[in-house]
Amino acid sequence: MTDTPLLEVRGLNKSFGPVQVLRDVDFSAYAGQVTALVGDNGAGKSTLVKCLGGIYSIDSGEYLFDGKPVSVHGPRDAAALGVDIVYQDLALCDNLDIVQNMFLGREIKSGIVLDDITMEQKAAETLASLSVRTVQSVRQHVSSLSGGQRQTVAIAKAVLWNNRLVVLDEPTAALGVAQTAQVLELVRRLADNGLAVVLISHNMNDVFAVADRIAALFLGQMCAQVSATDVTHSQIVELITSGRSGDLGLRQNGATA
Amino acid sequence: MTASTVGLEKKGPSGEQATLGRYVTNYVAKVRGGDMGALPAILGLITLTIIFSVARPVFFSAANFANLLSQGAAVTVIAMGLVFVLLLGEIDLSAGYASGVCAAVLATLLTTHGFPWYVAILGAVVTGVAIGVVIGLLVAKIGIPSFVVTLAAFLAFQGAVLLLIKGGTIISVDDPTIKKINFDGRFTPLQGWILYGVTIAALAALQLWKRTSRSRRGLAVEPVSVVALRVGSIAALMGVGVYVLNLERGRNILFSQKGVPMVVLLIGILLVIWTFVLGRTGYGRHLYAVGGNKEAARRAGINVDAIRISVFVICSGMAAVGGIITASRQASVDPNTGGSTVLLYAVGAAVIGGTSLFGGKGRVLDAVLGGAVVAVIENGMGLMQYSAGQKFIVTGVVLLAAAGIDALSRRRAAAAGLR
Repeated sequence: MTDTPLLEVRGLNKSFGPVQVLRDVDFSAYAGQVTALVGDNGAGKSTLVKCLGGIYSIDSGEYLFDGKPVSVHGPRDAAALGVDIVYQDLALCDNLDIVQNMFLGREIKSGIVLDDITMEQKAAETLASLSVRTVQSVRQHVSSLSGGQRQTVAIAKAVLWNNRLVVLDEPTAALGVAQTAQVLELVRRLADNGLAVVLISHNMNDVFAVADRIAALFLGQMCAQVSATDVTHSQIVELITSGRSGDLGLRQNGATA
Repeated sequence: MTASTVGLEKKGPSGEQATLGRYVTNYVAKVRGGDMGALPAILGLITLTIIFSVARPVFFSAANFANLLSQGAAVTVIAMGLVFVLLLGEIDLSAGYASGVCAAVLATLLTTHGFPWYVAILGAVVTGVAIGVVIGLLVAKIGIPSFVVTLAAFLAFQGAVLLLIKGGTIISVDDPTIKKINFDGRFTPLQGWILYGVTIAALAALQLWKRTSRSRRGLAVEPVSVVALRVGSIAALMGVGVYVLNLERGRNILFSQKGVPMVVLLIGILLVIWTFVLGRTGYGRHLYAVGGNKEAARRAGINVDAIRISVFVICSGMAAVGGIITASRQASVDPNTGGSTVLLYAVGAAVIGGTSLFGGKGRVLDAVLGGAVVAVIENGMGLMQYSAGQKFIVTGVVLLAAAGIDALSRRRAAAAGLR
């Protein structure tokens, strides 16, 4: 990778009291690419993502955005950079429609009156730009949507705000086969539209289907960041379970390959 | 899963030009899916009106119609406030006695201290707002369930009314302006028709403006026939109402009684203001969001605590207005003002109208429709000379039925939505 990553962290450490959750983690995500973040339960995926999103403050380490060092002290700082996290529990309001959800908290107004027409138009445009055809009307209530459609709305919401990096936390965990395919297609399209996408997943099929790069965490350490074409399915599984696979992964002394 | 494949056809996200037929089909599907809206209230209203009119022809008279409006006004206004609290899935059991306290403040200021009417009204509303702030802080900041806070307030306010009006006497309210609100204030027939014309014209203009500005931006619009039908039926209903209220209902020619009661305009204004706030402002949108999914609202950067406090302020503030209306109708305030059935009727009105007890669903119009149902039951059963006991039981059953419909339709909606 010769071009600078959109987002890069170097030597990131994070502890909760006596427990060190992340140890000297390096991680980078590139615009136009899907970076899969894999690791077993408790490896530190969520913590890393929350550090990126500014929800947790980092103990030490560098946070670079566009090659420039930045300081992220809260979700607002991350949002200002254009970093958005789509959580596993989707945080949509069932009783509101798609447009209302996509603009929640950031409604467009003229004076004190909501400008519903502009919002509806923009929402429809965003969905169209992602080639979403699975929703009948943007005025549908979210309660009437299927799991895949909800995920689509949550992702589209992240795109709407011209974010530059979108983190998706297990977007396909609760979905059926067809819906998983739809969401993965959407993930791919986000990257093709020039966004940096970080995909957290436990499902190796999903990871190999869409990821350009794979970053594997093992017990709080980054054991490998590799191109998806350079590794096999079983190598990644080995990295996740033991932290090393052949000459990839952690050495005995803890250095990364 | 079926839901997602339906849309895979050629329609764009906002395409689908609806026709009247399609609109009806969609509406039927919505109702069957559990989203009944105001349908139970409207059907109930029609059924009850027919039953009472057949059983007691006097029910269907102009005089009784006017009486009905003035009887149901206070409960309707209190119910409007309760809609806001219910939207968050909270409850305010103290709203009835809060209206009593505010009415007592009004009466004390007017009669005992001799302040002019506007000071008294201001005092009553400020009292209501202050009550709301305290309840809201206790619920949102300390975290006591609203059920408990307002149950405690229910008892305490009962005491406050007694103390304010010095242990069980009756304070009369003779101020002519206050009495105009819901005692003897009537518009002349001409004023009534002018108000009617302005309202309908504004409604039609608003609907047309909304439709044209949407279609200009290329968004899906309702068919003209639906808009015309809606405006037309509202115009017809209100027209009949104004006509009937303009009939002479005084028994004696010397004491002519005709015209739309002023309280109708008050309710209309409150309905418009609060509907606007809920539907067209960011605050209203956030209120629905907090009622639907508190966590999602919090993540979207909405100040959830502020929203929770605000609904209690609105509820108690509206209870104060309800108290003023009651004081005007009775031309007095007694220890029972705002007590007895007021609160249950108000909660019943909101729920019967279609506001959900589980939060996230409801409109201010629900309070008006439900309030009409409650007023019809109260009034009709009174005319049929049922005892108070029988009235209480029937109203209790109706409230229970409305809550049951609410719970069942919620289950049904969940089943329809997640299929």
